[in-house]
Amino acid sequence: MAQSAEHVLDHFELFRGPEYQQMLANKKKMFENPRDPAEVERIREWAKTPEYREKNFAREALTINPAKACQPLGAVFASVGFEGTLPFVHGSQGCVAYYRSHLSRHFKEPSSCVSSSMTEDAAVFGGLNNMIDGLANSYNMYKPKMIAVSTTCMAEVIGDDLNAFIKTSKEKGSVPADFDVPFAHTPAFVGSHVTGYDNALKGILEHFWDGKAGTTPKLERVPNEKINFIGGFDGYTVGNIREIKRIFELMAIQYTVLADNSDVFDTPTDGEFRMYDGGTTLEDAAKAVHAKATISMQQWCTEKTLPFIAHHGHEVVAFNYPVGVSATDEFLVALSRITGKDIPEELARERGRLVDAMADSSAHIHGKKFAIYGDPDLCYGLAAFLLELGAEPIHVLSTNGNKDWEAKMQTLFASSPFGQNCHAYPGRDLWHMRSLLFTEPVDFLIGNTYGKYLERDTGVPLIRIGFPIFDRHHHHRSPVWGYQGGMNVLVKILDKIFDEIDKKTNVLGETDYSFDIIR
Amino acid sequence: MSLATTQSIAEIKARNKELIEEVLKIYPEKTAKRRAKHLNVHEAGKSDCGVKSNLKSIPGVMTIRGCAYAGSKGVVWGPIKDMIHISHGPVGCGQYSWGSRRNYYVGTTGIDSFVTLQFTSDFQEKDIVFGGDKKLVKIIDEIQELFPLNNGITIQSECPIGLIGDDIEAVSRSKSKEYGGKTIVPVRCEGFRGVSQSLGHHIANDAVRDWVFDKVSPEGKPTFEPTPYDVAIIGDYNIGGDAWSSRILLEEMGLRVIAQWSGDGSLAELEATPKAKLNVLHCYRSMNYISRHMEEKFGIPWCEYNFFGPSKIVESLRKIAGFFDDKIKEGAERVIAKYQPLVDAVVAKYRPRLEGKSVMLFVGGLRPRHVIGAYEDLGMEVVGTGYEFGHNDDYQRTAQHYVKDGTLIYDDVTGYEFERFVEKVQPDLVGSGIKEKYVFQKMGVPFRQMHSWDYSGPYHGYDGFAIFARDMDMAINSPIWKRTKAPWKDVQKAKLLAAE
Repeated sequence: MAQSAEHVLDHFELFRGPEYQQMLANKKKMFENPRDPAEVERIREWAKTPEYREKNFAREALTINPAKACQPLGAVFASVGFEGTLPFVHGSQGCVAYYRSHLSRHFKEPSSCVSSSMTEDAAVFGGLNNMIDGLANSYNMYKPKMIAVSTTCMAEVIGDDLNAFIKTSKEKGSVPADFDVPFAHTPAFVGSHVTGYDNALKGILEHFWDGKAGTTPKLERVPNEKINFIGGFDGYTVGNIREIKRIFELMAIQYTVLADNSDVFDTPTDGEFRMYDGGTTLEDAAKAVHAKATISMQQWCTEKTLPFIAHHGHEVVAFNYPVGVSATDEFLVALSRITGKDIPEELARERGRLVDAMADSSAHIHGKKFAIYGDPDLCYGLAAFLLELGAEPIHVLSTNGNKDWEAKMQTLFASSPFGQNCHAYPGRDLWHMRSLLFTEPVDFLIGNTYGKYLERDTGVPLIRIGFPIFDRHHHHRSPVWGYQGGMNVLVKILDKIFDEIDKKTNVLGETDYSFDIIR
Repeated sequence: MSLATTQSIAEIKARNKELIEEVLKIYPEKTAKRRAKHLNVHEAGKSDCGVKSNLKSIPGVMTIRGCAYAGSKGVVWGPIKDMIHISHGPVGCGQYSWGSRRNYYVGTTGIDSFVTLQFTSDFQEKDIVFGGDKKLVKIIDEIQELFPLNNGITIQSECPIGLIGDDIEAVSRSKSKEYGGKTIVPVRCEGFRGVSQSLGHHIANDAVRDWVFDKVSPEGKPTFEPTPYDVAIIGDYNIGGDAWSSRILLEEMGLRVIAQWSGDGSLAELEATPKAKLNVLHCYRSMNYISRHMEEKFGIPWCEYNFFGPSKIVESLRKIAGFFDDKIKEGAERVIAKYQPLVDAVVAKYRPRLEGKSVMLFVGGLRPRHVIGAYEDLGMEVVGTGYEFGHNDDYQRTAQHYVKDGTLIYDDVTGYEFERFVEKVQPDLVGSGIKEKYVFQKMGVPFRQMHSWDYSGPYHGYDGFAIFARDMDMAINSPIWKRTKAPWKDVQKAKLLAAE
């Protein structure tokens, strides 16, 4: 017996003891009808080959380990960015349990969201009654200032009409007639969570700007000097939005962050549970129509929202998750151009510090090969940063990236001598990435938590940047945007590089001549 | 020490009743009527907890429940390691349930084991419009080509499958034939079926019956020589290794475990289970169906047991041994004696730190009752409990064997109710899930996830009890909970702390 009260063994130690090892070996041999170990080894090796890669890439129907989630997750993420807003997902309740868990596991925060709990009878008769009862219950229990409705695929397949249902619910008195219930259809079988973000945000803006589903006059735009800012679906929303606000304030820009969920995903532990915290006020959401311009940090999170906004007369500018010196330069220069405000010396100094750090450490990154996967904009932003570090983002894969994204990535690669051997893979998954890493190895992999399976299988060290990150804590609280954010990304990459050099040089008397204390 | 322990039973009952009245006030009338049936104060001597259960959740209230897909793919089928489980439909369901349940297994992942892979048909609009059967055919072919060592395939239906009229049974039959009788199991666990995960468990159990058992000839020779001591562990998902720290005890008492359902399980183990002499059932809720079936069809008795905490372990080891001869009965006593020093050391170390502390639970499956004994072994008291997706038979077992007079009972609790209950009862610890964890921690209440063991475990068996005790101690006695209030904001309490 290895377990003891003095030194309690956890699962990662307990089962390594001889009793358990013997038990597991017997279980396998006697009862599992195991495959011949030689055959397992043969297949394991075969799965590393170019031949396997070819078969793997010939897949037409099966998806394995995709790097994307479904629309309503993005809708919930965007909705909680508005003051006192309760996301209400019309459809099956299990979906909502999943979104809440997923967001909580990443942010280590509560995630509040309700469902209309549709079951078999609703599948047959439609979910109108679920909407009527659901809105009434949510309104009474959770006292929201707004309920933002989206849909699960169940409600979409049976064709429930949100606009009509919400109207009927109001007529039945579920919520007051003038209570804000914006909506967006967010079918899981179209696009991904970034599409859901886009649809939900557009739905909310449309609600406030275009006459609240025909119940009020459309807003007349009276242009002012404000700038609207949209972050997009972003695992670093907490750190990033706070950094962006700091930059806006340094530049004395009047701004509105739309879907500002930086507070609700980072509430204090002080004895009070804040179901709602911070967020774009509903008044600001409405007044945002008057802004001079709208900036989106993620083109592919705002494909519908930006044209909608542009249609209201704003200048719209989209970035692709700007990380690093040049991308931040472009962002700030655009801000300055639009607002006529100067970029303050303080930001110039921050820029200089990032350049300084990159120069100090460049020797360790230059020429290193990377694979990146994630949402389309994140991939673009990270690849661009690696290029300016003199690294090569050899494989850049985005399950929810499309042909346009691929073309834009290839243009980026073509713009740099370090991009000559780099390729973009739209619509591919992490099992494709596995083949890429075996057949065209790289030095480092950048991705979310699921990348640890690739790290284990292929030995390529994982640098965790993306969403979701379940197995490391609190990184979402630090920005990756702005020069200071770029610094955080740089340090993250460098730490892994140095750790790897140390790991490769720490065998006593064999490799440790290079176990340097100065690097 | 919590408020609850300083009051008399009568006072507690009155307080709890008042609490229930109070939370019901928030609801519209119709909802209040429905919710009232799910909330109660337990009266000692009653045969159940006096609540309705396994009914539809109410729209808009923030239920904690999941769906039938979660019950089938997430719970029952997902841990079967040598089969590939296709999340059939749009991408989300498989993505959110990918690797999050910690069903430990040993195998070469991606080659002969597949638990922590996410296989999905990633439905697009055209699949909804034209149906997904052709895609499913192709998916099975692609699996066969890329994963030649898989021992079987299951098709875990997501909501759209049942709505668009796909015939996954026909596809399964024809592909099984094409691949020489390969086990291919269609599971109709669409998320809109039933009222919670629970129907998904049942559907998954039935799928084992219809698509695994019925394929195996009852006269077929098992791959091993049967012994009189062959048992199967049913309803242990090996979360953090629970089934392993249970199996070792059964083996040490002289039994032979021929199958694990379904944590670290394999198709061969499922197929061999009808050869067992006894099925030992941990999670009654999720696997009583197949146990009853095996009893009816193969005459295999089943016996519920509880491996949380030494009191229940001792009781369970003796109960299981009761089905066998003296050799096993002696074996059980030997095991009990062997681990007694560990139990004594754990209790000696942790009980003084936990004595008198109160706990509120809200969990799924067997835990709302099964873990109560383990807390009591540490001198703690469960003052409130409820089931996410229990049925009346769960509440009967709870009333008859577990809860104390005056315990607050809440079935399918809503987010609002749970917060108010905890706020008023002020337990020293809440045990629930990931969605609840941070809510209560923000309130300054120590919390442990009692689904995933908060990424710890195992909690089953003697080895698990040591970890359980350590974890509860570190949750409750973490110094951080004394620092949730800024000293300048809570002068009175700060003085009290200083005086301690």
